[in-house]
Amino acid sequence: MSAFWQLLGRDVLIAWKEGGSIGIALGFYLVVVVLLPLGLGPDLNLLARIAPGVLWIALLLSALLSLGRLFEADFEDGSLDVLATGALPLEAVAAAKALAHWLTTALPLIGLTPVLGLLLNLNPDAYGVLLATMLAGTPAVSFLGAVGAALTVATRRGGLLLGLLLLPLFVPTLIFGIEAIGAALTGADSFRASFLILTAISLAAVVLAPVAAAGALRFQLQ
Amino acid sequence: MLAMQKLSHRLANPSNFMALSGRLLPLCCGLAALLLIAGLGLAFFGSPPDYQQGQTVKIMYVHVPAAWLALMIYALIALSSFTLLVFRHPLADVSAKAAAPIGATFTFLALATGSLWGKPMWGTFWVWDPRLTSVLILFFLYLGLMALRASIEDEALAAKLTAVLSLVGIAILPVIKFSVEWNSLHQPASVMRLGAPTIHPSLLWPLLVMALGFMALFAALYLKAMRNEILRRRLKSLRKVAATGAGAALSQQAAV
Repeated sequence: MSAFWQLLGRDVLIAWKEGGSIGIALGFYLVVVVLLPLGLGPDLNLLARIAPGVLWIALLLSALLSLGRLFEADFEDGSLDVLATGALPLEAVAAAKALAHWLTTALPLIGLTPVLGLLLNLNPDAYGVLLATMLAGTPAVSFLGAVGAALTVATRRGGLLLGLLLLPLFVPTLIFGIEAIGAALTGADSFRASFLILTAISLAAVVLAPVAAAGALRFQLQ
Repeated sequence: MLAMQKLSHRLANPSNFMALSGRLLPLCCGLAALLLIAGLGLAFFGSPPDYQQGQTVKIMYVHVPAAWLALMIYALIALSSFTLLVFRHPLADVSAKAAAPIGATFTFLALATGSLWGKPMWGTFWVWDPRLTSVLILFFLYLGLMALRASIEDEALAAKLTAVLSLVGIAILPVIKFSVEWNSLHQPASVMRLGAPTIHPSLLWPLLVMALGFMALFAALYLKAMRNEILRRRLKSLRKVAATGAGAALSQQAAV
């Protein structure tokens, strides 16, 4: 188990020291959200209505951006071969990397969200529930993303392919996240159901996705 | 069960599969033509227009079988993938590869006929309804499977990775099946349900004949695609042999 934490710590440290990946994801998130009012016109009522959806979609795209690199560097320099022959099961390696992605990408993005909410005239009542749905839903993004990253680790042009593979898998998370926010704002009782399903998707992804990712990695390491 | 196992073992030899599928293929083609002609005849001349939908109900006879097949083919791909990853059956990947474009086509057909029906009935070609959205995701999944396979040069590796993706995507099937229960605009199942079908027999019969016709059509396309894939692989390995110069030696032997 200590190997798991060491690997997690190493990946978080690399992401932190490199700086680039976190900064790029945050910058991308900011730019996408800023572009939308420019394209849609500065109607504050319209922006307030679509703000939760815009923020969720921009967050998914920003997270996608850094997912492509999840295994790539370690695959290229051979570290992944060393990890695969080590005592730690490859499933745990995949889980540690996905968790590191969540800590170093999803969490900073969620942290930036309230600031971007201001730009989009987000309803003040929506801040809490938006952040709650993002916290509950983004583990699915990082862990399902690890499967996509593992599948495309050996392909060139992997980045474009990754979007095609992963965005359909992110749809349930997006739908239930938005539904939970809508229900909470209108006071409907379906909030609880949507939020629980959102959490269930994340928990299922945390358990099952490392298995699929490890399977995909094994085929490519042989 | 034992008979299935025996058949599966026998089919592991591609030559046996080619022989069997060669005999089955004309049968499936004939059956598909017969059933589709009979089904369309029944649908257009043997069944009444719906009292609310009028003649647009005829679209259902294409839409519903296509939608059933869209799900069935994905299940077939997932099953093939499982067979590939667990039992390494040599036909499993041929099956998964052959079925994917056919499944994508039927999914597209279900979406297109559905939206043609939606325009007069719902007043719009498309609504963002759980059923429609989840079938659209299924279509993207099919595209993803084909794109992933196309992007990997090593065919054996492409087979395994595509199999992993198709197993991950299987979560979409129950979502589609139950999506009509989440206050969807789409009508709930009226044939494949517990208890008796809620559809009138005069509409049910042409639908069932059409569904069987579509399945025969799929079987024919699927077998043909699998045969083509096996021939393509044989050709490829023959070319490889020829390219390495072993082909020259072989032909010399044959000449002697």
